[in-house]
Amino acid sequence: MSNETLVMHNGAAALKPGYADHAADALRDLRQSGDAVDFQVEHHHDVASTIQLGFWIYLMSDCLLFSGLFATYAVLHGHTAGGPSGAQLFDLPNVLTETMFLLFSSFTCGLATLAMNANNRNATVGWLGVTFLLGAGFVTMEVREFAHLVAIGAGPSHSAFLSSFFTLVATHGLHVTCGLIFMVVMMVAVMRKGLTETNRARLNCLSLFWHFLDIIWVGVFSLVYLFGVAH
Amino acid sequence: MFGKLTLSAIPFNVPIVMGAVAFMVLCVLAVLATVTYLGKWKYLWTEWLTSVDHKKIGIMYMILAFVMLLRGFADAIMMRTQQALSFGSNMGYLPPEHFDQVFSAHGTIMIFFMAMPFIIGLMNCILPLQIGARDVAFPLLNNFSFWLTAAGAVLVNVSLAIGNFSRAGWLAYPPLSELHFSPGVGVDYYIWALQISGIGTTLTGVNFIATILKMRAPGMNMTRMPVFVWASLCASVLIVVAFPILTVTLGLLTMDRYLGMHFFTNSHGGDPMMYVNLIWIWGHPEVYILILPLFGVFSEIVPTFSGKPLFGYTSMVYATMAIAVLSMLVWLHHFFTMGAGPAVNAFYGITTMIIAVPTGVKIFNWIFTMYRGRVRFDTPMLWTLGFLITFTIGGMSGVLLAEPPADFVLHNSLFLIAHFHNVIIGGVVFGVFAGVSYWFPKITGFRLHEGLGKLAFWFWFVGFYVAFMPLYALGLMGATRRMDHYNVAAWHPLFIIAAVGAGIIALGIGTQVLQLVVTFIQREKLRDTTGDPWNGRTLEWSLPSPAPAYNFARIPIVRERDAYWDMKKRGVDLKGSTFVPIHMPRNKATGFIMAGCMFVTGFALIWHIWWLVIAGFAATVATLIRHAFDDDRDYHIGADEVRKSEALYDRVKAGSV
Repeated sequence: MSNETLVMHNGAAALKPGYADHAADALRDLRQSGDAVDFQVEHHHDVASTIQLGFWIYLMSDCLLFSGLFATYAVLHGHTAGGPSGAQLFDLPNVLTETMFLLFSSFTCGLATLAMNANNRNATVGWLGVTFLLGAGFVTMEVREFAHLVAIGAGPSHSAFLSSFFTLVATHGLHVTCGLIFMVVMMVAVMRKGLTETNRARLNCLSLFWHFLDIIWVGVFSLVYLFGVAH
Repeated sequence: MFGKLTLSAIPFNVPIVMGAVAFMVLCVLAVLATVTYLGKWKYLWTEWLTSVDHKKIGIMYMILAFVMLLRGFADAIMMRTQQALSFGSNMGYLPPEHFDQVFSAHGTIMIFFMAMPFIIGLMNCILPLQIGARDVAFPLLNNFSFWLTAAGAVLVNVSLAIGNFSRAGWLAYPPLSELHFSPGVGVDYYIWALQISGIGTTLTGVNFIATILKMRAPGMNMTRMPVFVWASLCASVLIVVAFPILTVTLGLLTMDRYLGMHFFTNSHGGDPMMYVNLIWIWGHPEVYILILPLFGVFSEIVPTFSGKPLFGYTSMVYATMAIAVLSMLVWLHHFFTMGAGPAVNAFYGITTMIIAVPTGVKIFNWIFTMYRGRVRFDTPMLWTLGFLITFTIGGMSGVLLAEPPADFVLHNSLFLIAHFHNVIIGGVVFGVFAGVSYWFPKITGFRLHEGLGKLAFWFWFVGFYVAFMPLYALGLMGATRRMDHYNVAAWHPLFIIAAVGAGIIALGIGTQVLQLVVTFIQREKLRDTTGDPWNGRTLEWSLPSPAPAYNFARIPIVRERDAYWDMKKRGVDLKGSTFVPIHMPRNKATGFIMAGCMFVTGFALIWHIWWLVIAGFAATVATLIRHAFDDDRDYHIGADEVRKSEALYDRVKAGSV
């Protein structure tokens, strides 16, 4: 961070920030200047890079949550208990449209990040708005698919296969919904306060989250829908 | 309006439960009255409950853990007395449905609300000091994690008064835990208490990984970190890897119970063994999440009290990481009897036995550290020696159980119970007490009373063997776990001996309570003015006891392992004379309020009060969003203030105050 400075014991030089990352630098420069340093760090605690790392670790834990659901689906997908199988239920063109909504929303989310990096506040909010609409379209299509399945008597309590299908896909859908709420909050925050340091760090987290959900969906689309129809 | 909740949910007709509830309510009222009498509500709220200071959060974790130890131990005493009495025509004093709740609550409380908070409390109090940091990476998240854990603990205890607790054991295996066989609220209490506290634990794992990777003082590269930090890093990684699986598993059970799905049911294609697999994919790493940080604690204590650097630092680090990796590859040994076949069972039997290798490396490292050292036998060292002996025995009975053919005979017997108490009490509990007695001066500013500490150790040590060695024999004689009654005459004397052992442990716990009281009374005499009462080796001992809010007036530069020992040797003046303002996070109520809302949501889910579920959840999200727009998050401690407080510490150290 540019607003962080490292003030030496003898006040001789200002170094780049960081703790262990720059420990080697600090040590080399400090070898003759005492055994302690005074960090004058504006964002000492929630520095952007620490937030980013923390968010990555959280995403990895979320990834494991999905791995549990995928594993459960893999074990139970054949347990149809005499009920319908994936091949009988899945409507691929519909799911492909849904997938396109999400993939394009990832693209526009990337454009929002580029706009943020170009310090263009209005474009950032605008692209976030487009991303929101595409994401909302995805969720709507998913809810309609679920409603249709329940209506034709293939609800989640029908068989272990349907339980695991609904839970896996709905957990992803809930994540997307959380992402949409996150997005609205960020649009309001950017409009009110501009592209501040804090807002940038949070927008980076939002975009990580959004792309992560995209990757999970690629897994859902291939392993659940494509394999399901192939069976 | 109140879902399934009616006045009949309170068990007025069960005198034992009502007695316990009355005692609990009296304790809570006594605490509330004391705080009111002392006029300390504002202090409590602004300085503790909303605190983002890792040292205070750590203390709150450990208070929670100690209270839950008393509760969990009360359950243990009830089980031991029931089994000592309930032979032949005597049915004991606990009816089966109550006995089943007691053993389920005992396991749940001891693992999730005693052991975990103790360990996370120790990590909070000490880890940032050891790496030369002023706080953890995300201080407010840390406060939130604590309150989630506390909310879970409160839910478990509320179940005593309102409704009942799970009767399905501490891991709630289906199909018993399914709605069909457990229609009451017991399993729901279990599920939501664990879900809420589990989220807190996951966030703690994230927080500590980020802290260790990002907040180390300059010069402290990974190979200079104290072993406690290494062990905490490995445990945190395991938390982040394993706890999401617990969330999923309990979530799927919730789907079965609330939405009529069929993950683990006996019908409609459900598979109960799926649950058993999933829960142990979390559960086995969990036992290493418990023990690894305490391996770290012993690795701090042994060098300090032997006056030598740790023997085999590198092998210790590799062993810790090897255990962390292997812990993900052994879960099936908890149910060899599933019938997965010889190839699968052989694989998991072998991986389980391999874990004994890095663990053995650690044991030998500690022994070689003591070898030719000047060993001082203070309380922390006594607990450590008790651990070395007890844990080794427990480890060997574990290797025995790792052989599938032996396991088929011993599965679900008291031999297993003896084994895991042997490693959990001998390892985790002794380790926690070792760590607490070692760092107590750093955390509070005065030492624990030494004589009572030693007495408590001997009560615990002897009591443990008297209580659990008979269980090995009972297991070999065919006694299974979780029996509220039996008819085999040969078992009776051994159950009576085990109950006597539990009584001796009770004396140990009583001595520890007394030790805390006596320590508080004699606190002036026991005050640690030096900041370094044990001639320590790591950075926390370079600070005054207790450490100031900002920890380090100036961030130290690390040049060696055992950084403070190195500084003492070179006569380094850490402080110097110039001070700069220190940036600090501000205390916030957000964590407390959000966890409170989640507690209400959990309670409403248990009793199917749907409007309150929606209200509680909405309030949680609203609090989070409101916090997102709060920019008033930090402040500076002025350079003058730092200079003054450091000067005061210098005067205390010099003995002039």
